[in-house]
Amino acid sequence: MERTVWIVRDHLRCTGCRRCEIACSLHHEGRIWPEASRIRIFMPFPGVEVIHLCAQCDDYPCVEACPVEALRVDEMTKAVLVDREKCTGCGACIEACPGHIPFLHPGDGKATICDLCGGDPECVKVCVEAGYRAIYAVEEEVDVNRKLFARPPLEVAQDIAVNLYGEKGLEVI
Amino acid sequence: MPRGYAGKLLDVDLTEGRIREVKLPWKTLEDFFGGRGLAAKILWDRLGDHWSEVDPLGPENLLITLTGPLTAFYPGSRVCVSGKSPLSNGVVGSTTSTEFAMELKAAGYDGVIVSGRAEKPVYLLITDEGCDIRDASHLWGKTGEETIRLLNREVREELQRSRRGPQREPGILYIGPAGENRVRNAAVMTKLFHAAGYGGYGAVMGSKNLKAIAVKGYGPLPEVAAPETVKILWREVHRELIKRDRMRRWGTGYGGYYVAADTSSEPVRNWQEEWHDERRFGGPNFQFRFWVKPYHADFNCTTSCMKISCIKTGRWKGDITDMPDYELEAYLGPNLGIFNPEDVVHLSAVIDNLGHSGINIGNTMAFAAELYQRGILTEEDIGFKLEWGDVEAFDRLAHMIARREGIGDILAEGTYRAALKISEMKGVDALRYAVHVKGIEVGAHGIRSGRDYPTPIGYAASPQGGDHTSTTRDAYEDMAWSVFGDSAVVCSFCYHDSLIWEFARAVTGWDISKHRWCTEHGRRIMTLQQAFILLGGPDVYWDPDRDFDNPPRFYEPLPSGPYKGMKADRETVDRMKREYFKAMGWDERGIPTRETLQRLGLSYLDPYLQDMRR
Repeated sequence: MERTVWIVRDHLRCTGCRRCEIACSLHHEGRIWPEASRIRIFMPFPGVEVIHLCAQCDDYPCVEACPVEALRVDEMTKAVLVDREKCTGCGACIEACPGHIPFLHPGDGKATICDLCGGDPECVKVCVEAGYRAIYAVEEEVDVNRKLFARPPLEVAQDIAVNLYGEKGLEVI
Repeated sequence: MPRGYAGKLLDVDLTEGRIREVKLPWKTLEDFFGGRGLAAKILWDRLGDHWSEVDPLGPENLLITLTGPLTAFYPGSRVCVSGKSPLSNGVVGSTTSTEFAMELKAAGYDGVIVSGRAEKPVYLLITDEGCDIRDASHLWGKTGEETIRLLNREVREELQRSRRGPQREPGILYIGPAGENRVRNAAVMTKLFHAAGYGGYGAVMGSKNLKAIAVKGYGPLPEVAAPETVKILWREVHRELIKRDRMRRWGTGYGGYYVAADTSSEPVRNWQEEWHDERRFGGPNFQFRFWVKPYHADFNCTTSCMKISCIKTGRWKGDITDMPDYELEAYLGPNLGIFNPEDVVHLSAVIDNLGHSGINIGNTMAFAAELYQRGILTEEDIGFKLEWGDVEAFDRLAHMIARREGIGDILAEGTYRAALKISEMKGVDALRYAVHVKGIEVGAHGIRSGRDYPTPIGYAASPQGGDHTSTTRDAYEDMAWSVFGDSAVVCSFCYHDSLIWEFARAVTGWDISKHRWCTEHGRRIMTLQQAFILLGGPDVYWDPDRDFDNPPRFYEPLPSGPYKGMKADRETVDRMKREYFKAMGWDERGIPTRETLQRLGLSYLDPYLQDMRR
């Protein structure tokens, strides 16, 4: 069985500091640009932080859905790579993703997806350094569970809200 | 283009419904930086020549929300709210942690200046495309929790209409019912439990019929002078902050016990005492029963001093607040005679939702309770018994103040003005029990034991009065931690004494050092703030010979605890004040000298101050 890098995520451990977004955008964009970060923290209610980034589904519905074959799976990391020349910014990958995780870059309007920084993700480094471990990288076999993490952020938020705030959590999102 | 800045401000006149973009001269930014400093300068330029006539709750006043050049880059990003304070009639730089600050910069703005008064309740929606004035009738009267829920949904849905995929929520500053009803010490709120509390800017926002400002930015943060250096320093400062384990694991949430038991400087029953060693009020009793999120932070912060609490059982089930932090533990706990953690978590949630400032309203409610204890206010005046420790009674009183009902209407004027009114009503001297300095209720760190951080003149000599985040010390160090933090607009709990200056140089490209800041910029800003305090008006003026002083209570001896008998010493206070004023380049009564004004580039203040000098 092939072992690949995967970013483990635990929303309940996320503090909402969003250093992952800063590290990601510094790496990919050369500046701090939260809306261009491949990892995005949704915060629909205070305390309810949702870590939103590509889950590397075992069947890659986004790759399948691209009408111009701009998406492919990296052989080594299994990350989804976007060919920005080919991408037309149609958004088909966003609709195909069960979590609507890909997004159109606020700069060039092209589909943008976590590329695992080639196997050594920057976001993970700052989260682990701070001792939070809301995200950390593992080398494990490809796993059907990964796709379960591709969920719309508000749906995840509803679970987290109840976990944190009990019955009150049912009404806050 | 100065680096670190987006380069423009929004200038909104709610009376006319007019929205402009303004750019400030480079020199102004370099001299005043951002946040507190820049707000003071903008206020002087627009209102300085007739300051004493400007009603803080009138349409002419400005509500200013500003970031600073370091905001969102340096750890712990905050926004600074300012204007003419309805409490001190001067200028307070009131900061709070919020994503609002980062979003504003990402949308291309360094700040928002709001003047005038809308006819009907409105909110501002700011995006990269500009600013829009929106109807807020459906939000008026709503609590913090409801406001966040409704606005998040409304703005998110709107953003989603023109964009693909799920969109993130905006950063929001808002007021609760307290601000709407112009409770003078009401806060500008954000994120349910964060408050720009000191100064009473919630009331200013309410006076403008402005319920909220929501902003969502899609752009990058502004360019910096030395990107590679900023990148390295960013990691380095965080590594230093991550070492501060005590602050990270407990925040200030253990203070309700140790500030009283150890340093004996916690307000107890309106500062009649400053000591208790009630162990059931200890940190673990909060942490293990209520903290549902033991590490919670705002944008770019690893200090994570905030911990979210939730009551999950019983009559207050579903109450959500932060920790409470030390200030609210003290002011909504022992200062009201309450020593039960659950009561304080509940009151903190009540106060947040009403948009009160926990410190200030806790002070005002305790002031009322002491008057009740002394028989000056009666059950008839209040409508019920206001006994120490009665959480139901204080819960009720907080609501009455927010709605200005009955006695609440008088207490809504803040501790100082309420004391003036009650003195007149009852023919007694209620000012003796008012623990404020220059109209600003004093933070929960006493000076009598001499063991806590504020000096004997920490509040008395400060142009921000009772504000515990900006106490005066030696006219040097106090320029750094608070004045720089509030003007660069970053959190003082993320302050790192050497790295922050390197960071400032790398972001702005300016030749800024701690020494230069503490001898030039800091003093320039504080001197301008001092001028505002001296001018005051129209309803209240401060007399330098009488009002630049501690509250009377601090001259009474501590009645209990290990520092029993200790009190502020008049001679020491007077001597230290003279030394402080001298170091600041002010005369012995605290009036900036002509030479100082000249040196700091503030000569335009001289015509307004010259008659005050002896």
